[in-house]
Order: sequence, then C-alpha cells, then structure tokens
Amino acid sequence: MTDRLITDLRKLMTSAPQLAINAAIAVSAIADGYVTRPSPLGPLFVAFNERGVSAVDLADSPADFEQRFNDLYGRVALPVDRLSAQIERHLDTAIATGKPGKLPLDFSGLTEFSAAVLRKTAEIPGGQVRPYGWVAREIGKPGAVRAVGSALARNPVPVVVPCHRVVRSDGHLGNYSLGDPDNKRLLLEIEGLDLVEYQSLSERGIRFTGSDTTSIFCHPTCHHARRTSPGHTIEFRSERSARSAGFRPCKVCRPAVMAA
Amino acid sequence: MTTTMTRPDLSTLAGDLAADLDGTFTAYVNATADGIFSGSLRMLGDRRDAEDVMQETYSRAYAALRGYSGERIRNLKVRGWTWTIAANLCRNRLRSRARKPTAPLGTLEVAATDAGTEDAALSEIGAILQSALLDLPFPQRAAVVLRHVLDLTYDDIAAALDRPVGTVKADVHRGLARLRRAYPEETIR
Repeated sequence: MTDRLITDLRKLMTSAPQLAINAAIAVSAIADGYVTRPSPLGPLFVAFNERGVSAVDLADSPADFEQRFNDLYGRVALPVDRLSAQIERHLDTAIATGKPGKLPLDFSGLTEFSAAVLRKTAEIPGGQVRPYGWVAREIGKPGAVRAVGSALARNPVPVVVPCHRVVRSDGHLGNYSLGDPDNKRLLLEIEGLDLVEYQSLSERGIRFTGSDTTSIFCHPTCHHARRTSPGHTIEFRSERSARSAGFRPCKVCRPAVMAA
Repeated sequence: MTTTMTRPDLSTLAGDLAADLDGTFTAYVNATADGIFSGSLRMLGDRRDAEDVMQETYSRAYAALRGYSGERIRNLKVRGWTWTIAANLCRNRLRSRARKPTAPLGTLEVAATDAGTEDAALSEIGAILQSALLDLPFPQRAAVVLRHVLDLTYDDIAAALDRPVGTVKADVHRGLARLRRAYPEETIR
C-alpha cells in the first residue's frame, strides 16, 4: 500500500547549507574556516580552526586569499558564516584594539622562538612603538634582533598581534608584511601616534626620554613618557647616559634591564 | 569548492576513513551532512540550532575518529554511528532549552521567521508535518525522523538512540499514528 504520510515524510529531507558544510569540514586538520571583517586597511580575511585564529590577511578576492593560505599552510580555507563562541566574542575587539586579549590564536605551526616574539609583541599598547631589539631582549635572546624581524615578517595574524608597533631604533618604521608597506604608518597614525614627533627624535639619535622630577627614563612613546610636561623632559641617546645621569628604567615600558 | 563533489559510496567510507582520516574526512562530511542537517532540523525545528548541532557533531566525530584504531573505524556503520553523536546533541539541546525558560521564546521567534523564509520550499503539508513532529515526545520524534525522513535501518536507529529495536519500532508506530491525526480531514483515507 502506498502511504501518503510516508511519502510526505521523505520529502522533509533537505540540503545542508554549503557554508555550514564548510564549517563542519573545517573542524578537521585539513581545512580552516574563514570570514571577513572590516578594517581601516580594507576587508580582512580571518581564518581559524579548533585551536584559534590561524591567519589574518588582506587579499584582492576570496580566491586570492584561499590560494595564498593554501600555499602558506598546506590546508584548505573554506568560507563559513559562523565562528566558535570564543572567537565570535573577542575577534572584533581584537581587530579594533590591535590586541589579542582573550582571542584564541593558533601558533601551532610556529617555532617556540616565533611564538615568543609574537606573545611579547602582543603586549605593546596601542599607539606606542618598541624597537626590534627590545623584543629580542625581553624574550631573553638579546642577540637575535634580525631573527625577531624575520619572525614578525611571517606573523600569521597581523593587526591582532600588532607587529606594526615594532620599529627600527633609528626611526625608520621597518618592513611590514600586510599589504602595502605604508599600512604600518597608517595603523600607527590611526592609533594616535605622532609619527612626525617620534621620527624627529629618533633621527636626532634620541632613544629614551626621562622626567627630571622622577628620574625615570622611558621609551619615548610610553604612556608615562608622554605625560611628562615638555619643560621637565630630558632626552637620552643611550641607556648608559640615562643611568649615569642617575635615572632608572621605567617599570612599565622596560627600556632597559631592571638589574640593580 | 565542495559542492560538486560526487557523493561517495557509503559502504567504502569506513574503510577509507580507517586508511586516511584526513584525506577522507571531506568526503565523509559531504556524504552525510544533508542527513545530519535535515534530521536535526526536523527534530529541533530551528535552522540555526540544526547548523550548530551539525558542526558540533563533526567536531566530535573527528576527535573520536582520531582516537580510534583502524580496525574500530573499519567496523563502523558510519551513518548510524554519526547519528549516535547527533541524536545526543539534539536531545541535549532540547533539554537545555527546557531548562532555560527565556530561551524557548527567542528560539520560537527565530524558528518562525526561518520557517517563513527557508521552508518556503516546504509544502503546506510539509509545514503541518514539521509542526506535528515537534509535538511528539522526543523518542518518537527521533525514531520517526531517522526511520522515515532519513531511511535508516531499525538496527542503526536502535544503536543511534541507544534503545532496543523493539522499543524503536513501537515508537515509530506510535509516532506515525499521531502524525496521521495531524493531517487535514479531507486527506484522511
């Protein structure tokens, strides 16, 4: 007997949405999901997997991004329309502030050294810059300045790990890997850094500034340095000159080793 | 990228997954996703919830398969096994909805709007059946959906719902009887 109910129930079968299928495939090791998010540099492609955000990139088209992601990481990037709760909650803030905060990041493909460079870089506050040598010293590899530069050039998650805040000590901004090299300047200006002032100091050889009321010296862009009124600001070309003037390093921006 | 892939033969899927999990996972998802999505959608009545369940199902399936021996994977009845994960997630989702008194209101609203747009494809009788399914107790609803929407065998359903085959058959029978009552008068023969 043909049964109308049975026939009608069969018709309740439907197709899964392609973006949801992509998200299901992206739970595996062969694929990551990706979404796009607006940014001052244009739409950012943000890829992620079960470990966290794996890539942040600019590209002319989705196909460009997918190709580059596959070339770099050997996995497929599939467009999806959903993020894990943890990423959803923290992604937009991380992009807006240039600080990962609680956004989970996938550093599993990186060396321990590169991951340490990125974690340290993530501590630099918005609107401030630190030299490559500072990152090297802070992670306990003071001789590895060039290696810090290479690690930052391969930062898989620019913007949210703010490699744009690491610059050369001579005042040149140094390289930037995300799209146009001038994007580094653009991001720093958006964050409120007065680049003209910073670069004029650097070009005169000034590495640190201090306050004659506190006898503490800082990186020139440190929040504390910028609170010092111009009349009380002392400029230093080196750690040695600051110390011999009786100044000690700021505990927040740590321009030099704290040692006694 | 994955839309045009041919649906692979389910009978070789277990062997392929055992031999090369990562190489076969995409084919496995493509072969089973429509069923997992449709079944979850009919059990939950909410598209977004069904998508959530689907993603969580494959996330758990992948983690489980990575821990299984090749022999254990080869012996899996893939579709039924995937449903053991998905049915559990559907049941849990309904329970947590019931526990949070504010959630069902929001969910119902979403379900209503979604039904308006997505299930425009659903015929009038389809919409009546969907709503009648949601009125069934979960064991009957799940059994009817797995048997008659997805065409799973009673053995697979019994394994997926962790209930004896006899109980599942009785649930399907009772569920169908109640669905028949939902049909408009003139269609009853």
